[in-house]
Amino acid sequence: MIFTLKIWRQKNATDKGGLVTYKIGDVSPDSSFLEMLDQLNQQLVGKGEDPVAFDHDCREGICGACGLYINGRPHGPLKGTTTCQLHMRAFRDGETIYIEPWRSEAFPIVRDLIVDRSAFDKIIQAGGYISVNSGGMPDANTIPVPKPNADSAFDAAACIGCGACVAACPNASPMLFVGAKISHLALLPQGRIEAARRVQKMVAAMDTLGFGNCSNAYACQAECPKEISVANIARMNREFLAAKMFAEKEKNVGFTL
Amino acid sequence: MIKLNANAPNAPLADQWDAYKASCKLVNPNNKRKLDIIVVGTGLAGASAAATLGQLGYNVKSFCYQDTPRRAHSIAAQGGINAAKNYQNDGDNVYRLFYDTIKGGDYRSRESNVYRLASISPEIIDICVAQGVPFAREYGGLLANRSFGGAQVSRTFYARGQTGQQLLIGAYSAMSRQIAEGRVKLYSRRDVLDIVIVDGKARGVIARNLVTGEIERHSAHAVVLATGGYGNVFYLSTNAMGSNVTPAWSAYKKGALFANPCFTQIHPTCIPVHGEFQSKLTLMSESLRNDGRIWVPKEMEDAELIRQKKLRPEQIHESKRDYYLERRYPAFGNLVPRDVASRAAKERCDAGYGVSTSGRAVYLDFSAAIERLGRSEISARYGNLFQMYQRIVDDNPYRTPMMIYPAVHYTMGGLWVDYELMTTVPGLYSIGECNFSDHGANRLGASALMQGLADGYFILPYTISGYLSSEINTPPIATTLPEFHHAAREVSDRLARLKETNGKESVDHFHRHLGKIMWEYCGMSRNEAGLTKALGLIAALKQEFASGVKIPGGLKEYNPELEKAWRVQDFIELGDLMVRDALLRKESCGGHFREEYQTPDHEALRNDDEFAFVAAWEHKGRDAAPDMHREELRFETVKPSQRSYK
Ligand SMILES: Cc1cc2nc3c(=O)[nH]c(=O)nc-3n(C[C@H](O)[C@H](O)[C@H](O)COP(=O)(O)OP(=O)(O)OC[C@H]3O[C@@H](n4cnc5c(N)ncnc54)[C@H](O)[C@@H]3O)c2cc1C
Ligand code: FES
Repeated sequence: MIFTLKIWRQKNATDKGGLVTYKIGDVSPDSSFLEMLDQLNQQLVGKGEDPVAFDHDCREGICGACGLYINGRPHGPLKGTTTCQLHMRAFRDGETIYIEPWRSEAFPIVRDLIVDRSAFDKIIQAGGYISVNSGGMPDANTIPVPKPNADSAFDAAACIGCGACVAACPNASPMLFVGAKISHLALLPQGRIEAARRVQKMVAAMDTLGFGNCSNAYACQAECPKEISVANIARMNREFLAAKMFAEKEKNVGFTL
Repeated sequence: MIKLNANAPNAPLADQWDAYKASCKLVNPNNKRKLDIIVVGTGLAGASAAATLGQLGYNVKSFCYQDTPRRAHSIAAQGGINAAKNYQNDGDNVYRLFYDTIKGGDYRSRESNVYRLASISPEIIDICVAQGVPFAREYGGLLANRSFGGAQVSRTFYARGQTGQQLLIGAYSAMSRQIAEGRVKLYSRRDVLDIVIVDGKARGVIARNLVTGEIERHSAHAVVLATGGYGNVFYLSTNAMGSNVTPAWSAYKKGALFANPCFTQIHPTCIPVHGEFQSKLTLMSESLRNDGRIWVPKEMEDAELIRQKKLRPEQIHESKRDYYLERRYPAFGNLVPRDVASRAAKERCDAGYGVSTSGRAVYLDFSAAIERLGRSEISARYGNLFQMYQRIVDDNPYRTPMMIYPAVHYTMGGLWVDYELMTTVPGLYSIGECNFSDHGANRLGASALMQGLADGYFILPYTISGYLSSEINTPPIATTLPEFHHAAREVSDRLARLKETNGKESVDHFHRHLGKIMWEYCGMSRNEAGLTKALGLIAALKQEFASGVKIPGGLKEYNPELEKAWRVQDFIELGDLMVRDALLRKESCGGHFREEYQTPDHEALRNDDEFAFVAAWEHKGRDAAPDMHREELRFETVKPSQRSYK
């Protein structure tokens, strides 16, 4: 197969950047999208030019490192598929393909197609965990979890943190990411104890990191490579409201006592 | 002269760890605050260690090359994690897990470490569940288990086909909590290129900031390497693309011994190679073997027609299929250990019965299971794996059997460590896949995750305190010491030399070439002639690389080619050591099959009299041959026996 590629090139965070056109031929339809970029990079290196920088590691759809706009869509045209799992047979021979980095204020560009997603880590650091130490644990089976809850918690926990939800959202909202984490932990008895604190801290972190708010466009769910459901956003909102009310009550209790 | 001593406590096997813990030195909380520890790597081993050391009160500096710790290679593990919980009441216990692990390692691992691993395993599940890892559950709300290749009990805990991901998210969140509390400082997108040694002790690392290209110095009272395995030496493997040997290799060059480098695990259920630009092989969980039946056509002509795409596997009648594992190993059938399954697949393909266009694949067939259990049950068990297969191969495994072939998956060799997980360099520790310790010659499924977490949550935090208790009067280590200057300059010089080479070929060109040599001559089966040939080929490749590599871009910027070049240079040197190690081991054990040493029916023939030892290699300088030291293995509790899966 042959393709015309229009790729965003940008040397570093302060460089202006722009689209550069490349031609590539002899691409196997069984190549993954990233293997096609490897092939392009081999050509560029051969000519002594800088290869196109992009993030990747596992190449099996689980680490969440890869992530590009392909023809304007996060992770390209297929549903429920990461860029590394997208194969060239999904494109028409001779097609022109636009390849760009995530664009969101909270994800500054590092180089070419690589962005800085550490804002996600900061959200997790704000409270996306259960506060336990490694030691003196009760036996695991003393905490039974109803199977449907365990399954739903897993569905939410399957988020790979790639940032496609932010990239897809017209407001660059990370609510699918945060909602998934909130749901994962709120659905488990171990996670309930800190649920109110957790949701408040994570939402606060999200607000200070330069992300936008959810306006129910649902583009995040449509573009999520792991097909995480927007029901998680609803659960997060409910948890948040409950936590706020609970916090008011706690305050009142505090006053009267 | 180095004398290898594992330093296992002097107590009966089952009491050793308790005895150790009861007598090891502790560091009091006020002093912990004054001690710095560097942990390189944020996979299961590194993240669990950083979280626990932070929680204990040490100052932890954590490094990874990814943009965030949550992407470490551990995230890709699929099948599950073993623990001797006996929740299924099928007769499992610590001794049995220990026994299976020693036997599965073909009697080439250390009893004391393996026993400790088995005895800690139940606690690992407890901490993971407390952290909210969503393991699979039964309808009654209790944890579910499955059995895994090579085991006759159900002791494997799993989270669909994404166990590694869920365990890593658990460890990453525990670590994130410590980052928020200021106990752990995270340095991501750092390539650790060298270890700094001051007065004989590990005192820091030299790292390249991957974004700016800046060479950084970081110091600590102790350094822990948790940098994973080196399967990428084969170019095509199931490892993440960035997995590398560099920190372990620099430790080796600075005096740490590298043990059993040739012990590689080959995984039988991977998606076969399809084309020239392929960058990695995808593993599909071995749990598939619980319900899938493996076969190739009985008739050579049928295999030929399939390869020419003139015949579909569904059209081959039951009586014309050779379920070769069930035929050869009636007791274990499709659940034989990985090395046996892998070699049997290769044997069938070599004999001309392979089924993909390349002839390098066998079938994994679910039709019987779908008939027995129904499509929805199969999809509940393996849905995501089927989906992944379909995406890559463009074929529907509910209808057509999957094609699988063995691929390099896990490396059991690594830095030599003693019972305390310390290398031969004082203050330098190695945990997880990065060390050699617990798996011998053929790690079974679901034990690497167990080891990574045991090391990080439960072992290293104890053993490191013994060392650090004698460091409480050492002030913070200054990065202005001459040793840091020197190491930083050497790193800069080597980078500059790489950059200036100005040859003609890309880094990948050399890497691919190396991979071919390694797979061909030091892969699933090896022989003396091939290995000797490989030594020459690798030496030549090293020369070609030195003058022929071409790296565009600058030193002081994000430069992925430069990053790869350093790694491939290390891989070439490691390849040489692996071949030497394979040459020396004149026996077949586990996944390491020397063709000269086999039983009349082509099974691995071990030689316990001469080779029941760990081969630990010492670097002797750039152009000298390395020295081999032996750690004799003593089997006091389990008597080595020939493995039989018939
Ligand atoms: C596809 C697949 C499936 C598997 N399935 C299972 C399974 O079901 N059960 C099981 O028990 N095992 C399984 N394994 C094996 C298991 O996943 C690994 O052995 C284990 O995860 C290794 O963990 P680790 O923490 O030692 O290293 P890793 O997870 O590999 O982490 C290495 C860390 O070191 C860092 N690092 C490496 N080099 C550098 C450097 N130069 N500078 C800075 N940082 C560096 C990386 O950034 C990373 O954080 C599987 C492996 C694969 C490949
Ligand atoms: S590279 Fe890991 S998800 Fe794509």
